[in-house]
This record gives sequence, structure tokens and C-alpha cells, in this order.
Amino acid sequence: MSGGQSNTPTEEELRAMSTEQAMIAGADADDVHVVHRRARFPVPGTKAEKRAERTVAGLFVLAALAGVAFIVAFIVVPYKYKTPSHSQNFRFYTPILGGLLGIMLAALGIGAILWAKWLMPEEELVQERHDEVQPGEPEEQIMTGATLLSGVNDTGLPRRSLLVRTLGLAGGAVATVPLVALVGALLKKPGKILFHTLYRPDSKYPNGIPIVYSDGRRVSPNDIEAGGLATVFPGVPGGVKDASSPTLLIRLRPGQGTLVKARKGQSSWGWEDYLAFSKICTHAGCPASLYEQQTTRLLCPCHQSQFEVLKDAKPVFGPATRSLPKLKLAVEVVDGVQYFVAPQDFQEPIGPGFWERG
Amino acid sequence: MTTTEAPSRRAAKPRTIAGKSALWVDERFRVAGPLRKQLNKVFPDHWSFMMGEIALYSFIILILTGTYLSFFFDASMGDVIYNGSYTPLKGVEMSRAYASTLNISFDVRGGLVIRQIHHWAALMFVAAMLVHMLRIFFTGAFRKPREVNWLIGLTLLVLGVIEGFVGYSLPDDLLSGTGFRIADSIILSIPVIGTWTAFLVFGGPFPGSLIIGRLYIVHVLLIPGILAALIGAHLAIMVRQKHTDFPGPGKTEHTVVGHRLFPKFAAQATGFFFIVFGMLAALGGLAQINPVWLFGPYNPAQVSSGSQPDWYMGLLDGSTRLFPSWEIRLWGHTVPPLFWPTVVLPGILIGLAAAYPFLEARLTKDRARHNLLQRPRDVPVRTSLGAMACTFCAVLFLSGGNDLIAKAFDISLNAMTWGGRIATLVLPPLAYVITYRLCLGLQRHDREVLEHGVETGIIKRLPTGEFIEVHQPLGPVDDHGHGVLSYAGAAVPKRMNRLGKGRLAHLRGFFYPVKEKPEIAEKLAALEEAEHADAEPGTERQVELSD
Repeated sequence: MSGGQSNTPTEEELRAMSTEQAMIAGADADDVHVVHRRARFPVPGTKAEKRAERTVAGLFVLAALAGVAFIVAFIVVPYKYKTPSHSQNFRFYTPILGGLLGIMLAALGIGAILWAKWLMPEEELVQERHDEVQPGEPEEQIMTGATLLSGVNDTGLPRRSLLVRTLGLAGGAVATVPLVALVGALLKKPGKILFHTLYRPDSKYPNGIPIVYSDGRRVSPNDIEAGGLATVFPGVPGGVKDASSPTLLIRLRPGQGTLVKARKGQSSWGWEDYLAFSKICTHAGCPASLYEQQTTRLLCPCHQSQFEVLKDAKPVFGPATRSLPKLKLAVEVVDGVQYFVAPQDFQEPIGPGFWERG
Repeated sequence: MTTTEAPSRRAAKPRTIAGKSALWVDERFRVAGPLRKQLNKVFPDHWSFMMGEIALYSFIILILTGTYLSFFFDASMGDVIYNGSYTPLKGVEMSRAYASTLNISFDVRGGLVIRQIHHWAALMFVAAMLVHMLRIFFTGAFRKPREVNWLIGLTLLVLGVIEGFVGYSLPDDLLSGTGFRIADSIILSIPVIGTWTAFLVFGGPFPGSLIIGRLYIVHVLLIPGILAALIGAHLAIMVRQKHTDFPGPGKTEHTVVGHRLFPKFAAQATGFFFIVFGMLAALGGLAQINPVWLFGPYNPAQVSSGSQPDWYMGLLDGSTRLFPSWEIRLWGHTVPPLFWPTVVLPGILIGLAAAYPFLEARLTKDRARHNLLQRPRDVPVRTSLGAMACTFCAVLFLSGGNDLIAKAFDISLNAMTWGGRIATLVLPPLAYVITYRLCLGLQRHDREVLEHGVETGIIKRLPTGEFIEVHQPLGPVDDHGHGVLSYAGAAVPKRMNRLGKGRLAHLRGFFYPVKEKPEIAEKLAALEEAEHADAEPGTERQVELSD
């Protein structure tokens, strides 16, 4: 069984062979040796063979039936969403389709594998890797190496250094120009954008930017119960959707106001029992939206940074390094009703840190 | 080798339609030789070789289902008032991307099942690649000559993770939007170029109005194109270098033993593809995944607690949660704490994985080509390093869900964080030591069995009154009754019913050996005899445990 081209039978011999013999001759020619091969059922037509064939055929039938059922279900089963007061049959649509699709595909797959395992001949083959250095290989390497080297020599590049250098320049330009064109087109100058929010003072609002709820209603001090909080926004166009402006307006419980240890120069930024902080976590920018009344801590659910409200939202646990920026609060009276306004923007960039933040 | 059909003389010209078409093709393309070589390609058989197949099939399923989804998905961040059939969100302002995802889920017949198959297939794709990579690592299949395929595989894994993250971000729901926000923060955290890069990616400050459209083309063209090309290269190299195989009876460095491509391996591989597809389809139908309609459209002011990314992001989520609040402020510049666990740490992990084959070859001075795999116990240092890396990643992965664990077991969240911080430092070295001892123990047991034989469970009392257990030697013994077989890297039979396994490769029956009827058994015995007479001495079938 040494194989190789030299042992390949002649055309005449091959023509005289059976299909199986010719197949084995072909495998030998490819250095693939059939070391074991015999029919799964050496005595044809036994009960076991018929059972195996019937099982495989049964799986194929199952696949076909599941396919038909899929098509029927696809058309017949209701799929439109209905509110809970109506029939909820649509909820079965996706499970039925997925289940039938799964049965169809898996039955076909299992059938194919059993077919191969049960009905195709047992075989064990050994293929030569030809992984070690083959006769003639060093010669090939030398000749190919010489061809490459000679080609390079023919171009003259090894001795024409001027060409090498200028070609390098040209190649560099060809590679850089598309990069510059793409990156240049995509670039946007950050400028001071990250240092401002929509609370930036505007001459249209002389008392300060109105503070509103997400539906645009203005926020009045009486809206919030003691110990409560609300997410508020600058009442300017686009203010509710702006990613940098969500603000937490917190009303401390009676008596807690005196416990506040404000950051330097920010002790007067609250209004009575109210404090306002940027809602955007200074770690990774998630909204720090969980407030625990008892411990007066704000928790960011993304990476569990915790901020102590009574210390002006200073980070007390987790990966955050900076306090939530504080928003200065003031109140204006319109038609006899008090409303919150922000007389100035946040005095530091809100949200996660970045290189230029300082 | 049996010949069930009588030799039939082949005519010079084929008369059947199949024969005529084959001749027609070969006269034009001359493929008879190369085609037969591929049909006869031999594939070794081991369950662990299926992991890469699962990854490949998942990729095909992703392409199929993804193409379907692209017919309905609108990758736009333009505002629209939802007016589809999911009543709870009727009248809500949302992006077209989110609205079209709802449309796929509720108004396209069968759209939801395809969407969920796509998502499950993505999870499976990354998971199968990772398990495949672990198999390659722990068995030493990355050694010369397969280092390049290791690097390609690693690139595929990293690209697969990125592709998955981008994919589940496209629906623009609250969960994925939060993921985007964190991604933006991660880019911002890179020193010097971070802010500019973030503005380049998002086209301005977060979230802008471009990101979904940009990432859509990245998700459906750019990364899949690269993935397809790299998978092609990965497979082409594998075909060229041929499979690795575990050592065992009849296995040598210079041969591959197994089934050939046509027809058996092709039938089994096709069958396996359909089984993988069937499982994913069943999952897509029966197991809900990413119900974006429950999360609502993205809103920068909102987040839901206990939100979890897809599993492969868990490691980064965990490292971000555990990393201490260390910020560097120098000369008016900031390096945020986010930079270390999300940029530096994955960079180190990927770099170590990429360098590993070369480091190992250099440190062990092993420059030989290897086609036979190693059992993990036989390379304790590598196995222990792998266990160490796995433990490290597992701690980070679990920490990615530490809020859920804290809630489920009523543990303090802060304790979970500190526990995770300590565990990342303490458990990996511990895993190294334990794994190393386990490897040595297993090695010694192998050698003990080779020397003394398999425990039979028979206790014998000697005339002196001494009790001894009778051992069944695995092979010939020397004067002292010690086995002379030496360890050859193959599994050593350790129980009586494992003896002779090498020769019973063709045992019939799944759980129990099938007892053949007398007339069939007779025929089988005759075939066996004929085969043995056929086999020339010195062929690879000879069982060689000793070297």
C-alpha cells in the first residue's frame, strides 16, 4: 500500500476493475489508504438493516411533515399583537414557528448523520500527511528562491536606491491619501462642546434656563415630596432629548439640609431643601438613577458607582472618581407660582472623564 | 476489504447521463485529479473537533438570517411616532431603527423568530469560537506549523465579539443605547486621541444622529466581509496542513486516520449543520432573547437596573465594575479610570493570546512540527497557565453580573465588588497551583497503571496471610511483574472494561455491544479474518503503545 503515481494501474487495468476497486486504486494514488472497509450490514436484507433504513426514512418524513406544518402555521396561526383583554393566541406564533423549524432542520440533520453511521460502509482510512521534507523539496526551494531573487535583481531595486526611496514615497502617499480623505471627512472638532450643556445662559431667559419635566411642564418646588427626586431637563428646544443635560432634582428630608457638606464654593447652589446634580455618571456616562432615601446614596446601575448626596454627590464606592456636577438652582415667580430655573450652566464637564478635561 | 459487486468491464465511452455529464465537465475544466484528492481527504474523528464546525455553521446561519433581517430593518436615527401593532408603545416617539425592529418583531410574519435565531446564533458563534480556541490551546494544536491559524482564529474571535456588540446595539433600544453610551465613554477615556476619536465615530457629541447608520454598514458589510475572508483563509490553511489528531493506536505524526470527505464526512457534516440550525431555530422560537419592546426606545436620561449585555461583553463589564477608582491627572490632562479595564486590559489579554505560541516555542526551544495533539495533563505548565487565564476571565465574567448575584443571594453589592477584586488577584495563582498538581497526579496514575496494570477488584490472599489486589497488566511484563509499556501520550485504559478499546474501534451498538445473530457473526468473523490476512505487516493499524 505504498501508493504513489508509479503504482497507479493502467487504463486497461482500471477499466477491468469494479467501481470499488477503481475507487481504492484512486485513493491509493492520492496516498489515502483504505485500511478497513466493509458493509455495515454484511448480510443484506436483514431485519436490522431494514429497521435502520426505516428509521432514517422516518426522520426524513418527519422533517417534511414539520415543514408542511410550518407553512400551515405560518399562514393560519394569528400573529398580530393584541392587548391582554383580547385573545392571546398570537403568543404561540413564534414558539410554534421556531419549534417546527427546529424539528424540520434537526430531523433532517439527525437523519443524515444516522444514514452515514448506520448505512454507509464502515471505513477507516489513513492519509499520508507528506509533512516531512519531501524528496525534491530542497531543490524546489532553491529554484523558487532563485526565481524570486532574480526577479528582484532584474528590477534593479537592490542597487537603485533612488528608485527604492522614491517608490516608497509614492507608495506612502497612495496609502495615506485615502486614509486622510476618510478620516478627514469623519473628523469633528470637539472644541468646548463637552464643557457645556443646554443650561448655558441664554438672553431669552433672563432669570435662568427654565427647568422642566420630560413632558415639558415646568418644575415647581411644591411638586416633589420630601425625600423624593425627579429627573428634570433644561426647558430649551431639544433640552429633553439632549444626552448631556438630564439632571436629578432631589428634595432632602426635613433636617437633612443642615447635614449637607457642600463642595467648596457650592454651598449656596441648592435652594432650600433642594439640590440638583447631573444625572450622567462621571464614570461611564450611564444615568445614575437609583436613589436610596435612607442612605441618601445615588447608585449607577451600570457599574455600581455610589454617590453620597449629602456630600454633594461625592463618589463613595465603585469605580467613579468624580462627584456628580452640581447645578445651581434658583426660583422665579410666574403668575404667582414658583418655578425652578438654572441661573448658570454646570461649572465643570458632566459625564465621563476625557483627556482634555483637566 | 470486501467486494460486493462483480467486476464489470468499463466501456471506453460513458453511457449513463451522470457519466456523460462528468466527462463533459472534465473535458472542459480538467478537475478529475484534484477533485478526487479532495473527495478522498481524510478527517479524524473526535467530539472536540466539532467546536470549530459549530462556529462555522453559526456564521452561515448568521448570514442567512441577517440577510432576511436587512430586508426590513431601517438603520436610521430619524424620529418617528410609532404606529405599529404593539399597542403599549403606540404614539411614542422613537428612532426609525427601533420602530423597524418593533416592526420586525410584531408586524412581519415570522420576523421575530428570525430575529431571535439571529441573536442566538450570534451568541453561539462567539461561544463556539471560544470553546474551539480553548480546545486548540489545551491540546497544543497551535504549535508549529499552525501558529498563523491560531492568529487568524484569535482575530476571528475578537471581530466576532465586536460584530456581536455592534449587532445588538443597532435596534437603538434603551439597553443597547446604554451600551453605546458606555462605548462612547470608553473611547473618550483613551489618552490624547480619545475625544477626537469619539467625535469621529459618533460624528459629534454622543449620541448624534449618525451612529446607527454607520454601524449598520460596519455590521452588514465591513466586518462580515473580513470574517468571511478570514474564515476562508482559516479553512484553506487547515485543509493544506491537514487536521491534528490525538495520539492513539495507529496514529502517527505522518498520517491522518479517519473518514474521508465523500460520502461519509460530508453526510455527517451536513447533518451536523442542520442539527445546529435546528437547535438555534428551536431556541429562537422557544427561548425569548432581547425583547427590545420591553426596554423602550433609547433615552439618555433612563436606564434599567440589572441590565446585562450579551454574555461575551460580561468580562469587560466585570473588569469595569471591579477596577478601583484610580484617575490620573497630570499637567491639566486626565486619564479616566475607565481606560485601564476596557482598553488596556483587553489589549493585554489579546496580546498575550497572540504571543503565546511564539513564547512557548521560544521558552521550550521546540522548533519541531507537530501533528499529534498533547493531552493537557502532559503539559502541566501550559495547562495551568490556561486554567489561570480561564479563572481570571471567569471572575471578571461573574463580576459583570455581580448586582444580579448580590440580589439573588442577598449579599451586599459592595461585598461582591470587593470579593471580585480580591478574587481576580488570588484565584488565578491558586488555579495554577491546583491544576499543576492535578496534572502531575494524573500523569503519575497513568504511569502507575502502565507499570502495575489495571485494578481488577479481585482481592487475593497469599499463603502468608497477606492480602493483595490482582492487577491486570496492559502488556508484557518483566521479571518483576512490572509492565514494560511506556507512556506514549495516548489515553491509558484504567478500567477492565476499557481494555482492548483500541481494537474495538468498530464495536457495534451505542450503549451496549450488539450481539449479532450466528449467521451474521460468522460472516463478520470471515471478513475480519480476510482483512487481517490482507493487511501487510507493519501497517499503521498495528497497535503500538510502546515506543
